[in-house]
Amino acid sequence: MSKVKRGKVVRYNRWGYIFLIPFMVTFIIFQLIPLCTTIYYSFFENYMAGLKQIGPTFIGLENYKTLITEGDLGKYFSNTLIVWLIGFVPQIVLSLLLGAWFSDPSLRLKGQRFFKTVIYLPNLIMASAFSMLFFTLFADAGPINSMLVQAGILSEPFKFFSSISATRILIGFMNFVMWFGNTTILLMAGMMGIDPSLFEAAEVDGATPRQIFWKITLPLLRPILVYVLITSLIGGLQMFDVPQILTDGAGSPVRSSMTLIMYLNKHLYSKNFGMAGALSVYLFILTGILSFIVFKLTGPKKEKKEK
Amino acid sequence: MKKKVLSALLASAMVASMMAGCGGNTTNTPASSAGQPSSQAVQPSSAAGNDAAEGKVLNIQVWNEEFANRLADHYPGFEKADPKDATKGGKIGDVTVNFIVTANKGNAYQDQLDAVLPGNASLEADKKTDIFLVEADYALKYVDADVNVAMPLSELGISDADLSKQYQYTKDIVTDANGALRGASWQACSAGLIYNREMAKEVLGTDEPAKVQEFVKDWKTFNDTAAKLGEKGYLIEASVNDSFRVYSNNVTTPWVKDGKFTIDDNIMKWVDDSKVLYDAGYTTTDPLWDGSTWKGGFQSNPKDTKKVFAYFGPAWFFNFSMGADTEGTIANQGGWGLTTGPQGFFWGGTWICAAQGTDNPTLVKDIILTMTTDNAVMKEIAQKDSDCVNNKEVLKELASDASGNLAILGGQNPYEMLAKGAELVDMSKTSPYDQGCNESFQTVFKDYFEGKYKTKDEAVAAFKTAVGEKYPDLKEMLK
Repeated sequence: MSKVKRGKVVRYNRWGYIFLIPFMVTFIIFQLIPLCTTIYYSFFENYMAGLKQIGPTFIGLENYKTLITEGDLGKYFSNTLIVWLIGFVPQIVLSLLLGAWFSDPSLRLKGQRFFKTVIYLPNLIMASAFSMLFFTLFADAGPINSMLVQAGILSEPFKFFSSISATRILIGFMNFVMWFGNTTILLMAGMMGIDPSLFEAAEVDGATPRQIFWKITLPLLRPILVYVLITSLIGGLQMFDVPQILTDGAGSPVRSSMTLIMYLNKHLYSKNFGMAGALSVYLFILTGILSFIVFKLTGPKKEKKEK
Repeated sequence: MKKKVLSALLASAMVASMMAGCGGNTTNTPASSAGQPSSQAVQPSSAAGNDAAEGKVLNIQVWNEEFANRLADHYPGFEKADPKDATKGGKIGDVTVNFIVTANKGNAYQDQLDAVLPGNASLEADKKTDIFLVEADYALKYVDADVNVAMPLSELGISDADLSKQYQYTKDIVTDANGALRGASWQACSAGLIYNREMAKEVLGTDEPAKVQEFVKDWKTFNDTAAKLGEKGYLIEASVNDSFRVYSNNVTTPWVKDGKFTIDDNIMKWVDDSKVLYDAGYTTTDPLWDGSTWKGGFQSNPKDTKKVFAYFGPAWFFNFSMGADTEGTIANQGGWGLTTGPQGFFWGGTWICAAQGTDNPTLVKDIILTMTTDNAVMKEIAQKDSDCVNNKEVLKELASDASGNLAILGGQNPYEMLAKGAELVDMSKTSPYDQGCNESFQTVFKDYFEGKYKTKDEAVAAFKTAVGEKYPDLKEMLK
């Protein structure tokens, strides 16, 4: 009897594995193998000079050294962070505000579902399409400029893409518009997970809404906030499509909007897999550390809750 | 049991559908023309054409519809699969012609060539690339003797004598280091300064090409004229990128020569001259093709942008790119004139190369000979398509009578000047790195003109970084 039962269990497990196959195969082919080969190739000199293949020659850590000593890796890293911050700061502020409003039952907001959908919508547009749109809107003779000139605000068109700060702000703004809906939903979920009795108790004690927000909501939201912060940072480090399209891959002006991945992409002109691989490995390590922090910060808390 | 069968089915369906997505790349999809009625009546003009031993499919790599149209319109016996769209291919005798179009944007066309050419010989007969086209900017990459992806024309049986009417520069571009010719072009793209006649009359007091030339005969007078035009609120050229090609065509040392990387004096002269013009407001840093001022200058009354005095370009530029068939453009009103300008130069042109490993050598040979050497065909191209053809005899003919007068240029016959220009183009100063270097140079120095780099040295350093990224093999030279 017990044997039969066990057999059944095993058989069900097998179905489970079979249903896992699609994911595993996709993961191995498109993630794991590329990951390993990237690391492998980063130790080689391997590129095309015209149609001639140079290498692959094993050169150890030479690519890693070259990246640190020669390239402007630090500059691109700080570009990436600056642009990310420009997008992230307003994003987190607005998301907190919206999340607090949406999750506050005393406000009795109408049409919540509609607004939740609307704020999420920008995320559904392809980043490159969004970027093209902004490129056209803010072009030297684009609609924004002609509106500003006709309204008498500017005397002559402002060259947005020739100004370091304007270009960075535009990229940050696009990321902000695309991602604040997503963040709002995450934060809202976090806020709704807070025990309502805490809010009620605070209200009974005469706390103002502001005090409730700062003293109860925010501290209890900390793990989610950290999660949002770190995942956004990881996403920000991989920022590519928006600035790539907006600046036509040049990171202009003066490479001030060149992000790390755009720099990586520059190496692919000559199919320089060694150098690009080394850069990827740096990013991989950085992302790994950040993920580890998320893991540490969010993991044990859940266990405590379960107890 | 039912459940089990169902789930097994589902699971296998899932896996199978996914696998189908991964593999199954057996159908290469050139724009083919199956089901085209083949009439045996029409045979290719001169060649033995389709020997039994030769392939039945001719694959041609192109980046736009230009060559497809030329071949369809002018190659005897070509039947279009789709009368409205030549890129859909067709038939020559019983050989099916496919055009594989890969747009040039973002280096995509070269990536395509890089992917298909090296292994071409080992492909199945019908999938082999037989002909590919290249442009001057990167021709050296593909005619390289070591790489050997383009067949030497001599191997096809085309002799130097066959090509005697072509201009020397068009041959130099596709000659490898050992002196073997590996391509041929039907165009000679010598270019000049295209000026606005009305503006010339108003500011310079004349619109005759020879007299206008006096005001733009070298860079110094060109810049002085810029000031005169600037007083009236006109731009001498739409963009600094316009004149870059003129300066860079007239360098004394190529970017890379004998293991040395050089920024030529003439290119630095472009920087200095352009900086002055830009700072004075006599030009802009617009990108070619997309810039608002650059495009606006084609209009007789541009909105929101200043009027432009001159563009630099060859025949195809004023014939096709300046909006001659649109109302309200200067070209439409025949308001442009053509003169030599400060320095001679050329721009563009398309070369036909036979792909190494082709299984249609006889047909390829005939296409190259017909399209690039046949006087009758070339005169037809010149008259129907207004191409400035790569044929000394035909150009001479066109220059000698009124058949070469162009309405766009207010009735001026440009062919004598263009023919003279084509003789003077000197192609010995090119290197395989030109396209990447020129592009990076313009990108970096746009920022310099706009004051984003404090000094020229800073900009030069940034330029070298960009080149090092594109061409890792140059890194040592750049130090």
